[in-house]
Amino acid sequence: MTTLSAKSPVLELRNLVVEFVTRHGTLRALDGISFSIAPGEVLGVVGESGAGKSLTGAAVIGLLEPPGRIASGEVLLAGQRIDHLPIEELRHIRGKRIGTIFQDPLTSLDPLYRVGEQLIETIRTHLSVSEQEARARAIALLAEVGIPAPEKRIDGYPHEFSGGMRQRVVIALALAAEPELIIADEPTTALDVSVQAQIIAVLKKLCRERGTAVMLITHDMGVIAETADRVAVMYAGRVIEIGPVRDVVKSPKHPYAKGLMGSIPALDERPERLLQIEGAMPRLNAIPQGCAFHPRCPHVMPRCHEARPVLAPVGAGQVACFLHEVGQ
Amino acid sequence: MSAKPMVSVTHARKVFDVSQPWLERVLSGQDKQMLVAVDDVSFTIKKGETFALVGESGSGKSTVARMVTGLLPASSGTFSIDDVPLDPEHGYPLALRRRLQMIFQDPYASLDPRWRVGQIIAEPMKAFGLARNEDEERARVSQLLKLVGLDPADAVKFPHQFSGGQRQRIAIARALASDADVIVCDEPTSALDVSVQAQILNLMKDLQRDLGLTLLFISHNLAVVRYMADVIGVMYLGRLVEVARVETLFAQPRHPYTRMLLDAVPDLAMSGRSRQPVQGEVPNPISPPSGCTFHPRCPLANTRCQTEIPLMVDGVACHAVQENRKA
Ligand SMILES: Nc1ncnc2c1ncn2[C@@H]1O[C@H](COP(=O)(O)OP(=O)(O)OP(=O)(O)O)[C@@H](O)[C@H]1O
Ligand SMILES: Nc1ncnc2c1ncn2[C@@H]1O[C@H](COP(=O)(O)OP(=O)(O)O)[C@@H](O)[C@H]1O
Ligand code: SF4
Ligand code: SF4
Ligand SMILES: [Mg+2]
Ligand SMILES: [Mg+2]
Repeated sequence: MTTLSAKSPVLELRNLVVEFVTRHGTLRALDGISFSIAPGEVLGVVGESGAGKSLTGAAVIGLLEPPGRIASGEVLLAGQRIDHLPIEELRHIRGKRIGTIFQDPLTSLDPLYRVGEQLIETIRTHLSVSEQEARARAIALLAEVGIPAPEKRIDGYPHEFSGGMRQRVVIALALAAEPELIIADEPTTALDVSVQAQIIAVLKKLCRERGTAVMLITHDMGVIAETADRVAVMYAGRVIEIGPVRDVVKSPKHPYAKGLMGSIPALDERPERLLQIEGAMPRLNAIPQGCAFHPRCPHVMPRCHEARPVLAPVGAGQVACFLHEVGQ
Repeated sequence: MSAKPMVSVTHARKVFDVSQPWLERVLSGQDKQMLVAVDDVSFTIKKGETFALVGESGSGKSTVARMVTGLLPASSGTFSIDDVPLDPEHGYPLALRRRLQMIFQDPYASLDPRWRVGQIIAEPMKAFGLARNEDEERARVSQLLKLVGLDPADAVKFPHQFSGGQRQRIAIARALASDADVIVCDEPTSALDVSVQAQILNLMKDLQRDLGLTLLFISHNLAVVRYMADVIGVMYLGRLVEVARVETLFAQPRHPYTRMLLDAVPDLAMSGRSRQPVQGEVPNPISPPSGCTFHPRCPLANTRCQTEIPLMVDGVACHAVQENRKA
């Protein structure tokens, strides 16, 4: 892990703020997101529905839907800012340097074209190889993601593949241009558990082999525990804890992260009751002052109502909570 | 041990006709296509217990649930609640229908958006003539709202004013409004975030204990089922492949599919336990494999498995288990 962090990051977010300007005023959906991902590293981004996971991914690849916009902060890909690039340039980066995988494979696949045509086109747009070479590469990729008889299946249409097989094709497509970074937004959420396990294994193996960095967005802690090197936990548009996967999953520090982990039923034991965080995550138009978690926090202190805790180092990770403000 | 089960299902079967429309079929010379969604499913649920059905998408869990409640006519099989049989023509008698309610996955779709929460919850009381007057009805609605952790003042609001978890609480209140004691829950927390899921699962457990409810609980999530169930039935391609008490199933899974399913669940405990990689995917149910439908994915399959459907014996439907065959 230390060798990883020594290299300069593939992706770095600095104080990213995303806002929606609506009739009812400006809603701040991401409020100062900062993290980085090293080459070959898998960063898991977890949090409940509406926490801002997908928006973070969308902001990185320049796919925020208007009226959403980056209001401030920076997105750096291999040290270069990409948050203010013209749309054309960003589109090129998106195909070449950043691969994407979404929950629904049909977002990434065109139903009218054969799987092979789509792979070959992606390969030829971004790498200077002949049609034949591209086809050979496409077949090799399909084999690598675990499609049986790839030399036959390459001429099939997306609808001829099962959901799990389609998601394998999408992984092949995302890797086709040999990107530095993959953004995978709930890549296994729509899949059955037995298929999910296979997809996760393929994604992890291929990125590891190629040294591709991965931002893995999911609400499934189990998937994170299996796959990620580090985890960022989001709440109400903020990262409230980030650190090595084992620390965050086994001994979370932030009261919300603790509650979240405790609320997940486990396979290996049956507690009398699941830990329960009262209430629900606030809506964007009603994010509390100070610590956004304070109305639900069992440890709330007077200052939590006014001051906002920032991410500060705790152990090998960082936590945004006044309880963990040791030292200064 | 009470002798009589609260819910009893025997040899339930459901076949759907998934053929093309008649004319197209005739023109293209195709045969009728039948999909056996549920086949030879039998189980019982004891009073006050939770029987969970688990299995992957398309395994037939919801179809069983809908047949048990009488919402979907079965192709064959018998169903009874508290010894009262389901009449294939007329469903359950009115007195029993009051006692049987259902909770669905999607709390957004299952509540009528034009109705106030109070009306939604009072509807079963009206349907079964359970409240003598409006005061009584209102008092009962308040009581139910409190029971599920909401505010009596919420009765005048509309469903869209609530979050997913709160809507599921409303659905639970409605299910309890007719004093139901058998509740069929189809993926009641699958659309909810984990922290909200914890609230709803805890609530359902509390209500079950306090009101003595009998639950048929459907989920694809093994960890949720581990938390909720007394007895678990594992389904694969329309059949029950294993039925066991919860502790036994997790400690000693016997059917190869159950083991595969347990192995596939991501290891949140990060114990580093060794796991068999999962093989293959669920086949197309329109043309399922012969014999044991699990045989193309099963590490223990042999020639008998390819031809002979294993019957449920002592809680497992598997030739290898019955022959005590290890490899
Ligand atoms: N077009 C939009 N207009 C206004 N608010 C939006 C818009 N898109 C997203 N949001 C809000 O931004 C916040 C973060 O959304 P995002 O989709 O990133 O959440 P998420 O963590 O991915 O949730 P989920 O798991 O449900 O996908 C949410 O509160 C959401 O309602
Ligand atoms: N109305 C229907 N018409 C045709 N096929 C159906 C219908 N309802 C369910 N099926 C099929 O029956 C099988 C079992 O479905 P279901 O019980 O809904 O599965 P589950 O709830 O376990 O996901 C599936 O293959 C499904 O496609
Ligand atoms: S800062 Fe205060 S309110 Fe926020 S999580 Fe920490 S203790 Fe709780
Ligand atoms: S019957 Fe045969 S194929 Fe089916 S689960 Fe048992 S061993 Fe495997
Ligand atoms: Mg999302
Ligand atoms: Mg279902």
